[in-house]
Amino acid sequence: MCTYHTEHVKLAGSGKGPEGWFSLAEASVYYDHPVHAPSEHSVNVDFLNRSLGPRARVAVELDPASARDLAHALLAAAEQAAALSR
Amino acid sequence: MSKERTHDMRARTVTIKGHGGDEIEAYLAEPEGDGPFGGTVVIHHMPGYDRSTKEIARRFASAGYIALMPNLYHREAPGADPDDAAAAARAAGGVPDERLVGDVAGAMAYIKALAKSNGKVATIGYCSGGRQSFLSATSLQLDAAVACYPGGVVNPPPPGAPVNFKPLLERTKDLSCPLLGLFGDEDKFPTPEEVAILAKELSSAGKDYEFHSYPGAGHAFFDVDRPSYRVEAALDGWAKIFDFFGRHLDGSK
Repeated sequence: MCTYHTEHVKLAGSGKGPEGWFSLAEASVYYDHPVHAPSEHSVNVDFLNRSLGPRARVAVELDPASARDLAHALLAAAEQAAALSR
Repeated sequence: MSKERTHDMRARTVTIKGHGGDEIEAYLAEPEGDGPFGGTVVIHHMPGYDRSTKEIARRFASAGYIALMPNLYHREAPGADPDDAAAAARAAGGVPDERLVGDVAGAMAYIKALAKSNGKVATIGYCSGGRQSFLSATSLQLDAAVACYPGGVVNPPPPGAPVNFKPLLERTKDLSCPLLGLFGDEDKFPTPEEVAILAKELSSAGKDYEFHSYPGAGHAFFDVDRPSYRVEAALDGWAKIFDFFGRHLDGSK
C-alpha cells in the first residue's frame, strides 16, 4: 500500500549526499514502499535541504525493528549530549 | 504483420504542456507504423517516474498502443533521479489533484494530436496513480480507465497524508467511461471492503465497470522489482487490461 503518511521534521545539522556534505534543513519520515530495501514496506527517512535541490538528499530505508533500534540509539545519544552540556 | 506480433516500438522523452500550460517532461512509447492506434496515459506510482513504470509504457507500445507517462514530479525536481524527485514531491506536500487532472489532460491532448492516434485515449494508474486514474476518469472525457489497487478512493488516507487527498467516492456519478479495477485480496489500501463499497456505488450510478481481485495478492502485485510481485495475478491482470483496451480503444473514433 501507499500509506501517504509522512512526518516532517525540521533539522539543524549536516549530511553527506552524492555531491558531498551539505547543511540539512528537514527530514521526511514515512512508512511506505522502499526503492531499494528488499521488503514491501520500510521506514524511510529523507534528510533534505530543498533549497539546494532534489539531489541534496540522504536517504535511508529501514526495516521497522531497525528503525526502532536507531530511534532508541539517537535518543540515548541525545540524552548523553544533554547531560554533558548541563 | 501486426504490431502485436512484432512488438516493434520506439520510446523517448518528450515535453508536453501540462496543468496551467506548464511544460513538463513525459515518456512517450509508441508502436512503429502509421496506425491508427489507441492511446493511454500512464500515471506513475508514488515512487515516481521510474524505470519500472517506463517499462510498463513500453509494454503498451509493443502491444499496439501509444503510451505517454507525464512526470508528475517534474516541477519539484526537473532532471532529478526518480527517487530524489519523489522525495522532493513528498516533502513539498505531494501532487495536488487539480494539477494532476491538468497534467493528464495535457497528456491526452498530446496523444490525440499525434498523426498515428485514432483519437481514443484511456488512463491507467498504479497505487496512488490508480486513484489518480479514477480521478481523471471522473474529471475528463475518456474512452476507458484502469485503476490498479487505487487506495484513497473510498476511505480517506491516514492522518498526515500530504496535500488534499480527499476520498473520491462522491465523484462516481461523474465517471465518463468504462472502468477496469484490479485489486489484491490481501491489500489494505484499498481493502476488499472498500472495493465492495466502490462497486456498489458504481452499480447504483449505472456505470460500466468490471472489477477483478486476486487471492494471494496484495498491493503492487504488478511490480516486478518488488517482493509484492505476484506472477499469476500480474499475468492475468495484463490479459484483462489488453482485453479491456481491445474493446474500448481499438478501431476508429
